[in-house]
Amino acid sequence: MFLFFLLPILTLAIMSLQSGDFFNGFVFTWNVGNYSRGISLYSEQYLHAIEYGGAATIVALLVAYPAAYWIAFHAGPRKSSYLLAVLLPFFVSFVIRTLSWGVLLADDGPLFGPLKSAQLLPLDFRVLATPVAVTGGLAYTFFPFMLLPVYASLEKIDRGLIESAQDLYANRFEVLRRVIIPLSLPGVFAGVLLTGIPAIADYVNQDLLGGVGTTMVGRVIERQFEVSLNYPLAAALAFVFMLGLLATLLLYQRIFGTEQIMGD
Amino acid sequence: MQNWPVQRGLVEMDAAWDPSDPAGRAARQAPDGDSVVVLEAVVKRFGDVVAVDRLNLKIRRGEFFSMLGPSGCGKTTTLRMIGGFEAPTEGMVRLDGQDVTDLPAYRRNVNTVFQSYGLFPHLNVYDNVAFGLRRHHVPAQEVQRRVTEALDLVSLAGYGKRRRAQLSGGQQQRVALARALVNRPQVLLLDEPLGALDLKLRKQMQLELKRIQKEVGITFIFVTHDQEEAMTISDRIAVMNKGRIEQLGPPEEVYERPATEFVAEFLGASNLLDGVYRGSHDGLGLVELKSGAKIRIPDDPDRRSGQRLRVGVRPEKIHVLPSGTGPTATQNTVAGTLRSAVFAGVSFQYFFQTPEGREMSAFDRNATGGAVARPGEVVRLAWAPEHTFVIPIDQPAAHQQVQGEE
Repeated sequence: MFLFFLLPILTLAIMSLQSGDFFNGFVFTWNVGNYSRGISLYSEQYLHAIEYGGAATIVALLVAYPAAYWIAFHAGPRKSSYLLAVLLPFFVSFVIRTLSWGVLLADDGPLFGPLKSAQLLPLDFRVLATPVAVTGGLAYTFFPFMLLPVYASLEKIDRGLIESAQDLYANRFEVLRRVIIPLSLPGVFAGVLLTGIPAIADYVNQDLLGGVGTTMVGRVIERQFEVSLNYPLAAALAFVFMLGLLATLLLYQRIFGTEQIMGD
Repeated sequence: MQNWPVQRGLVEMDAAWDPSDPAGRAARQAPDGDSVVVLEAVVKRFGDVVAVDRLNLKIRRGEFFSMLGPSGCGKTTTLRMIGGFEAPTEGMVRLDGQDVTDLPAYRRNVNTVFQSYGLFPHLNVYDNVAFGLRRHHVPAQEVQRRVTEALDLVSLAGYGKRRRAQLSGGQQQRVALARALVNRPQVLLLDEPLGALDLKLRKQMQLELKRIQKEVGITFIFVTHDQEEAMTISDRIAVMNKGRIEQLGPPEEVYERPATEFVAEFLGASNLLDGVYRGSHDGLGLVELKSGAKIRIPDDPDRRSGQRLRVGVRPEKIHVLPSGTGPTATQNTVAGTLRSAVFAGVSFQYFFQTPEGREMSAFDRNATGGAVARPGEVVRLAWAPEHTFVIPIDQPAAHQQVQGEE
């Protein structure tokens, strides 16, 4: 824990308070300016991260929950085959998958090209380089992290409870609403965390599918580290990002905390 | 607590009811008359396996009815078809005169206490019990009144806020019972509800179930594989085997006069002896055993001389007569060589061998302190003719009982 978590964080914190530049070296000077500069310069990118990451999490949940539900309750003996089929694309590196999406969604790509030449879509219609492309890409990239915990929690539900609910006059909709959904909330909770955190921090999707207007803070941090070589500013940005995420997590835990959900 | 009206109709919870006639016994015009549950030629197949085989059954309003049998005999499947959790492959299920064969479980006014209780872990006791009432949109005030009343009935007043994890097995069982009864169903189905409890609690719950059933007047259909449990609590028992009812009747009748070998063996121990019917004498039938000994049996005008019969007697009906004591003139007797005597405190259990080579066992109350004979000794086993039961063996014993009404 110390070696792999506290030590890097401490290093990051110290670095974020340094000043200087890459060629003349960085000195620790309690330079709080990194923070104020970072926040004022890149507040829009922070917002983007929250918007796209949040939207992607919701999209992933809306797609993963019905899929997981169907596999858990209606796929019969072929459950694991279906699960494998859903997860198979994710055995390919996510960079390649995202690149393929880029090709697929290109303005004159295999999807929109024919539609445009058939005049079913206006010529200036585009998905690539828009927030939709970034959100979709994020949702797709982190889909398994949503599907698996949701599936696990649904699969774990005692089938006897569903019969109990039916016995007590609950129709299919009420069984779902009163029994299945409440009992699967721990899985949803886990899925939202596992999808939301990397989706908000991701920078590959917006690089490959987004445009200049859709930059997310993860991308900014990466640029500051690797291109601008402004380590202190990058560290400050990362630190703000991390604290924000931590605060959100605590709030989330307060509202939907596992303690409330789990009966025993 | 005196009024536990049973709902008429299938789903409407607040139909008018008559408080002076809680079980609605009077003035019933339903086509099935006194029967609240009727199964007609019901068959249930799972693939090639016939779980329930052309079952006919009528269950009377307000009775405590048990289905008793070994695992795989079809008793739980039958219960699940009444509850709406399995659809019959063939046949018809009627509830209160209405055909419910194709009605899903949630639209039947029947509730179930499951073997695993099925309490919702995400709800507390109160919300568990209120679940069914809320699905029927019963007003909140009435929900509260009825839930409180139901928890009272099962002696769990004040437990409303607890969660499943904070309850013992016995308490969970009571909550499951309250959760079903609070809906005032026409029929309560109980699927081995006491199976998970330890023996002492089990005995206690048997009596409690009986008390609650009397109090609420609702028809209970109880599934168990425990013959003693079935006999303790039931008004009538259906003994099931291989998807069919072997015998149906009050506990005493099923125990004292088993109609088939299966019933004789399943409800306690039996001593069975093969013989040939030799006509009647002094109002009692005579059966000649292979050894030549004559056994007197309750007579039946339908028997023909020369017919092969199997006669039986329960071990506790047998008196072991030490050598030197003679039987009374009216008793049946056979000779037996004592093989072993097992001391069990209140009683001795003896194992004998008859001249035909059959094993016989007898229970004897430990009245004198000490076994009546030593192993190897030949004694006489005596019992009253009316304690002899008869099982036909010329026809296959099972499958020819009149099913349904006894």
